[in-house]
Amino acid sequence: MALLDIRDLHVTFLSTGKEAVRGVDLTMEPGQRLGLVGESGSGKTVTAMALSGLIERWNVNMTGQVLFEGRDLLACSRSQLRAVQGKDIGVVFQEPMTSLNPLMKVGRQVEEVLKIHTDLSAGQRRARALEAMEQVGLRSPERTYEKYPHQLSGGQRQRAVIASAMVIRPKLLICDEPTTALDVTVQAQILSLLRSISEEFGVAIFLISHDLSVVRRLCESVCVMYKGAIVERGDTDRVFNDPRDEYTRRLIAAIPKRKRHE
Amino acid sequence: MKIKHNKNFTAGAIITAFMLAVILIGMVWTPYDPNAMSGAERMLAPCPSHPLGTDNFGRDILSRVVEGAGATFVIAAATVAIGLAAGLVVGGLTGYYGGWLDEVVMRFNDAVAAFPSILLALVLIALFGSGKYNIILALGLLFIPSFARVVRSEVARQKSLDYVAGARLMGAGDMRILFLHILPNIIPVLLPSVAIGFNNAVLAEASMSYLSVGVQPPDASLGRMLNEAQGYLLTAPWYALSAGVAIILLVLGFGLLSEGMGGEYGAA
Repeated sequence: MALLDIRDLHVTFLSTGKEAVRGVDLTMEPGQRLGLVGESGSGKTVTAMALSGLIERWNVNMTGQVLFEGRDLLACSRSQLRAVQGKDIGVVFQEPMTSLNPLMKVGRQVEEVLKIHTDLSAGQRRARALEAMEQVGLRSPERTYEKYPHQLSGGQRQRAVIASAMVIRPKLLICDEPTTALDVTVQAQILSLLRSISEEFGVAIFLISHDLSVVRRLCESVCVMYKGAIVERGDTDRVFNDPRDEYTRRLIAAIPKRKRHE
Repeated sequence: MKIKHNKNFTAGAIITAFMLAVILIGMVWTPYDPNAMSGAERMLAPCPSHPLGTDNFGRDILSRVVEGAGATFVIAAATVAIGLAAGLVVGGLTGYYGGWLDEVVMRFNDAVAAFPSILLALVLIALFGSGKYNIILALGLLFIPSFARVVRSEVARQKSLDYVAGARLMGAGDMRILFLHILPNIIPVLLPSVAIGFNNAVLAEASMSYLSVGVQPPDASLGRMLNEAQGYLLTAPWYALSAGVAIILLVLGFGLLSEGMGGEYGAA
């Protein structure tokens, strides 16, 4: 059974009447790394929000199915959704400056999801949090545990966010532009971290990005989204080397080329 | 925070600490019994044995100011506590959930805030009866809207930040998000308005007691003393001055503290 199966998803915002997602079909296998690329306003973030359950339902009209392990998330009540959120589906946001609570110690935020979804004791939670922080490459986790977000650099913060999503070993990690707010060297580190996490623990990664080169570094397959619909999909290498859709070609042409020195 | 470079904060802290010390000492010791009358010592001007003089019943004004400041302080603190506690709940829920609940509660809030507060307080006092505890209740109820509004707007702002979305995506329940994640983050904005609210409460208590519906004689209260002193404004100006200066110091101290805090967080 597929891990995630989106069938004919339509999302319309009631306040503006705009149809942000027009009939998206998408399948993900366990452990797969899939990239969803498109320009701003192409509907990629709305798709991710729909499947993470973050959309305020009173403001949108959603039709279709979002099957997570065979269960339709769109048909779930909020409390049913809460049982899945965090535990099976983790999310990493774009902006590590704002995605951590500024007044809570980093370690406590990493173990927060354990507090919500498990019956582990405080000591066990702490041990799991320290382990996760070590796995995402935060040096001296003991000390980082006691720090507040403003005491960490942007890259460290993003690692902490990943640790807080990974501490409970979800099956799917949704990453919404996880490297956009970081500088280039840190970007590369975070991408390779995500890759190694996915390979080591078999976590599927759903990467949303406007940057094809980021997707190419992390994902084996890619979907290109334009104006709310998927216009091309396939293996990342194939799409890169032999783009069939006109929009994909333009997107690839937009990647800055390295200058050759003679 | 660089509080030591902030003159407003420092001055406010010193004045408030001084007033708090005086009030605390006054709870266990005053130079004279504040209510002890002495026919022989009526309307004495400030002198070594009575530093602030005596009033028309021969009571020591210093002792009464200390006692009255204590009463005013306790009433103001209790008022703010009621207003803040209820304001946190009302503002937190309306700000977090929004929608029709928010509209209804906030329009009611506006309606309450539109009345002159002293007038409303007098209406409530007419319902409850006068006295120290009824004053606390009446003023506390009147202070809910202003706190609720501050809390609401700040919760609504924090609600849209990523860390709240993140907590929600972890499967955290609404109450956990609201009280564990959001409320601590609105404290910086809340503190100055607590200080301002305290000032308003001091002034409101003084006004109510001045109008003789607050603290009842023979107990001392700063507003009550001002009322009694106005008959002797020309013959014994130190009487009104002592009570008035005490009110000013209380209000000024907290006002400067609030100003200092606002500056700190505003600059950050």
